[in-house]
Amino acid sequence: MKYRMTAALLSLAGLFISAYLYLYKIGKIGTLACGTGACETVQLSQWSRFGGLEVSLIGLLGYALLLGLTLVALQHPPSSRSWPMTLLLILSGLGVAFTGYLTYLELFVIHAICRWCVGSAVIILGIFIVGLLEYRRTQRSAGRTSPYPETSLTR
Amino acid sequence: MATPQAGVRRFYTIFAVLVVVGLGILAYLIFKPQTVSIPANVTVQASDTSGFRGYIKGSPNAPIEITEYADFQCPFCQTFATLQMPTIDERLIQTGRVRWRYRDFPLQQHPFSRLAAHSAACADEQGKYWQQHLRIYEGQSEWSEARDAGAIFRNYAKANGLDLGRYDACMKSGKYAGRIQASYNEGVQVGVNSTPTLLIGDRLYKGRFDSDAIIKMVDSLAPRSK
Repeated sequence: MKYRMTAALLSLAGLFISAYLYLYKIGKIGTLACGTGACETVQLSQWSRFGGLEVSLIGLLGYALLLGLTLVALQHPPSSRSWPMTLLLILSGLGVAFTGYLTYLELFVIHAICRWCVGSAVIILGIFIVGLLEYRRTQRSAGRTSPYPETSLTR
Repeated sequence: MATPQAGVRRFYTIFAVLVVVGLGILAYLIFKPQTVSIPANVTVQASDTSGFRGYIKGSPNAPIEITEYADFQCPFCQTFATLQMPTIDERLIQTGRVRWRYRDFPLQQHPFSRLAAHSAACADEQGKYWQQHLRIYEGQSEWSEARDAGAIFRNYAKANGLDLGRYDACMKSGKYAGRIQASYNEGVQVGVNSTPTLLIGDRLYKGRFDSDAIIKMVDSLAPRSK
């Protein structure tokens, strides 16, 4: 269960970071606590929107979805492969790819690095790695033949 | 050693604490008082008005001066600034026929008018008054209902290339509160009671205008040289 719990805590942290950036963007909070001012450069650039949506809003919805999936996965038996964790692995993989694109923009197009975005990048990568570890673990469990019914101690 | 159930219970406890702390921080950030507010009805000092007649655009030799009394949060002023002004600018101001004088007339019912006017005044310090002026009007729907309009104006300042250190210091000082009040007082003195109001010669024109009507009016006052 520790991977699912870790994924849930990481998703929660990502959710709060995205919420913070989104609230800033819609003017509900004052200035960003950033230190260098680069966060504002990134948040106010034309690349702070993607497909007509604020990137921070996409992050907010994405992390909310990942959090929801981990909370559902926590209700499933730890030994079995849990569909929410499989979905989480796929979505976080997409998240890593999207974050890679955003980081590329920060480094080579906007020429400014937003610390909060770096935090979010680390978090989504963390969720993806945890998702992979959980996937491997459940695959091993599934491959193991056991004469006993599944219990929470199988792991 | 903790049982799995105990581990799950501990997880949910930590999770709940983090949710509460996170929501608490966000709520604090949302509801904390605005850092900047520009007071109304301040006493106007001589230094607030000396050498300042308003924000002026156009040739000093233009035969006609039009003074606009406007409020950044007034919807009609917004329409006027964004839809009519570009034509007026092109056909009357840039051609040297009209000199435009903009005066702040912040109405009491608009909570962010003075803040907006102050933001534009701070941009003026860095030679970006009209850029900030236009951006504030363009974004009216974005900030007029916002909790912290000041943060949005700051975003505009950043997008307009202002030095944010100087801008922040200017906004915090509230140094143009007197100038804004003086502008308002001037409007009251000449009979303005709504926005936008134009003063052309010694006549006031109130209500909605379109650029064609203003061009016609200017044509009648100072016909184009053939």
